Amino acid sequence: MLTTAFALVFFYAPTDADQGIIQKIFYVHVPMAIVALCGFVAGGIFGIMHLRTRDQRWDMRSYVTIHLSIILAVGVLVTGSIWARISWGHWWVWNEPMLVVFLIVFLLYATYQPLRFSIEDREKQARYASVFAITAGAFVPLCFGAVRMAQNLTHPQAGTMTTHGPGSVTLTFLCSLTGMTLLFVTLCKYEMASKNATSKLRSLRRRLAGEDDFIPTGGRSAAPQI
Amino acid sequence: MPAPDPAVSLRGAGRRYGERAALRDVTLDLPPGQTLVVFGPNGAGKTTLLRMLATLLRPHAGEVRVLGRSLPDDGYSVRGRIGFLGHEALLYRELSGRENLRFHARLHAVADPAARVQAVLEAVGMDARADDPVAELSRGMLQRLAVARAVLHEPELLLLDEPLANLDPAAIAQVAPLIGTGSGLTRVITSHDPVGGLVGADLVLGLKGARTQLLAPASEVGSEQITALYA
Amino acid sequence: MRRTVAALLAKELALELRTGESVPAMVLFSITTYVIFHFGLNRNVIDGDLAAGVLWVTLLFAAILGINRLFVAEYEQGGFDGFLLAPVDRTALFVAKAITLFCFLCIVEVVAVPAFGILLLGPSLGQALPALLVVLLAANAGIAVVGTLVAAMAIQTRARDLMVPLLVLPLLVPVVLGASHATSPLLGQGGAGALPGDWMALLALYDLLFALIAYAVFDFLLED
Repeated sequence: MLTTAFALVFFYAPTDADQGIIQKIFYVHVPMAIVALCGFVAGGIFGIMHLRTRDQRWDMRSYVTIHLSIILAVGVLVTGSIWARISWGHWWVWNEPMLVVFLIVFLLYATYQPLRFSIEDREKQARYASVFAITAGAFVPLCFGAVRMAQNLTHPQAGTMTTHGPGSVTLTFLCSLTGMTLLFVTLCKYEMASKNATSKLRSLRRRLAGEDDFIPTGGRSAAPQI
Repeated sequence: MPAPDPAVSLRGAGRRYGERAALRDVTLDLPPGQTLVVFGPNGAGKTTLLRMLATLLRPHAGEVRVLGRSLPDDGYSVRGRIGFLGHEALLYRELSGRENLRFHARLHAVADPAARVQAVLEAVGMDARADDPVAELSRGMLQRLAVARAVLHEPELLLLDEPLANLDPAAIAQVAPLIGTGSGLTRVITSHDPVGGLVGADLVLGLKGARTQLLAPASEVGSEQITALYA
Repeated sequence: MRRTVAALLAKELALELRTGESVPAMVLFSITTYVIFHFGLNRNVIDGDLAAGVLWVTLLFAAILGINRLFVAEYEQGGFDGFLLAPVDRTALFVAKAITLFCFLCIVEVVAVPAFGILLLGPSLGQALPALLVVLLAANAGIAVVGTLVAAMAIQTRARDLMVPLLVLPLLVPVVLGASHATSPLLGQGGAGALPGDWMALLALYDLLFALIAYAVFDFLLED
């Protein structure tokens, strides 16, 4: 699965060789942004599921989705900044709704892990994280709308490019979007599996040692433990 | 005639704090009108148990039934029938005793709050200082106000965490009709006193390390067994 | 529910009148901030976009002071327990606290906005006042709702005073955005312009959306 995802992501490079480095960044930057935004909203939905079912696994999914989306968001900011530098000569431009929204969203979600870390009780940590995920998840589309309203759109929209550009642009874009999505989902599954394994190991150790005994977990953690 | 439903019923009740068990596998039945006294060293789980019965903490394991209702799902329906006295007085320091009690009376939808507040203030002997800010009161007075707050809404079940701390003998005598055996209410009390704590007890629970070390009718328990818990 | 909210509000009012912790500090802070802006921008009078920006940034940071203190009394004096023991709808606490914060903001603005008019604003406030009031109310509602939610989230964390601004500032960007864009034509040099409808719509949408979310979600922050 992972290899297929990577293959798809790099697939666009050959079809695109003649269009210059600017376009190459576009194929990474925009899919990253779309997937990250969906990831944040998904994190919010998983938060709702966690609060409704009190099943810690939903909290795990919420955490992993948000965690990875934050990393993607950094990627969006970096690639967007490079793009801005190449296209308009500045490292940052306030006219791009995408860039501005991601800055705000990144600043917001950057508090997610410190918030989790500062609440010791596991259940409480998960509950508060879910509340945050829901609030922030609803905030993301609203913020996007608000910033778009405020800006003159100089950011070339994915939509306009595909309608005006040649067919290969659309295809390549869709390919890289699919690739990015698959990559994201794969990384999510990978991280969740890894966390599941760790927690199963710990609960086994706990049972072997006698259930009452306090097994130090090596300090508090911002990550959920099932 | 069949025995009435227990006022408090626990089956394997447990509560975690992080990785550690704060309370493990507690099972008991307390008939209505009787008194359960809980002994144990600090950290044994006494306060956790009390707070769980007060609906302030959800049980993580087992079943908890209070006044015929299952917690945490039916917690809402029993809250108004429980009186809780914890380590903190739960009073706003800048407001007076009377204002604090008035506030709690309104929250509990007490009928004719002003009259009830006055009655309770007189019952705990705090009528004279009722209009001073709570911050100015001594610990003993604070405790008396806390007792007043706990019984304000005429609960059926009293949950008292070391209720006689900070009270002098005169004050103890004064609050006895409200929270003592004379009140006729079902009571769960925590205590550190191996001798005095047994007075008025019907059932004794000894906790140590979050587990039940001792559970027996009070008539079968001697002070030495209580002291052994602390060894 | 209404009864509970009323009881809580009465208690909040009594406490604030008795201690005066939040409102005077917020007012003083606003005026001090105007002075800082005067020196920072090196201007005697401002108007239009700049004026709207200065006003809203100041009000926002003053609001943070209020948000920081919103649940402190409950947290430190066992107020949460006292409330949680009562047979009441727990969302009433959210409603009461949000109304309290809203009222604090309104009271602060009664002083801070005229002060702004006197100290920094070039054009006169008189004409703009009714429209400005509408914007203030709409923005206050948004700040109150989101501020209360964040205050409740942050009160349980260790670095509470740091967490609040970090959480609340990004979340309030749309409010600042909308309010500022709505206000700047009102503070224009050539006399107050019309109130822009679409920015007011944004504020209204924001208020509604977060009020609904906070209402649904608040219970989970209180339980244990």
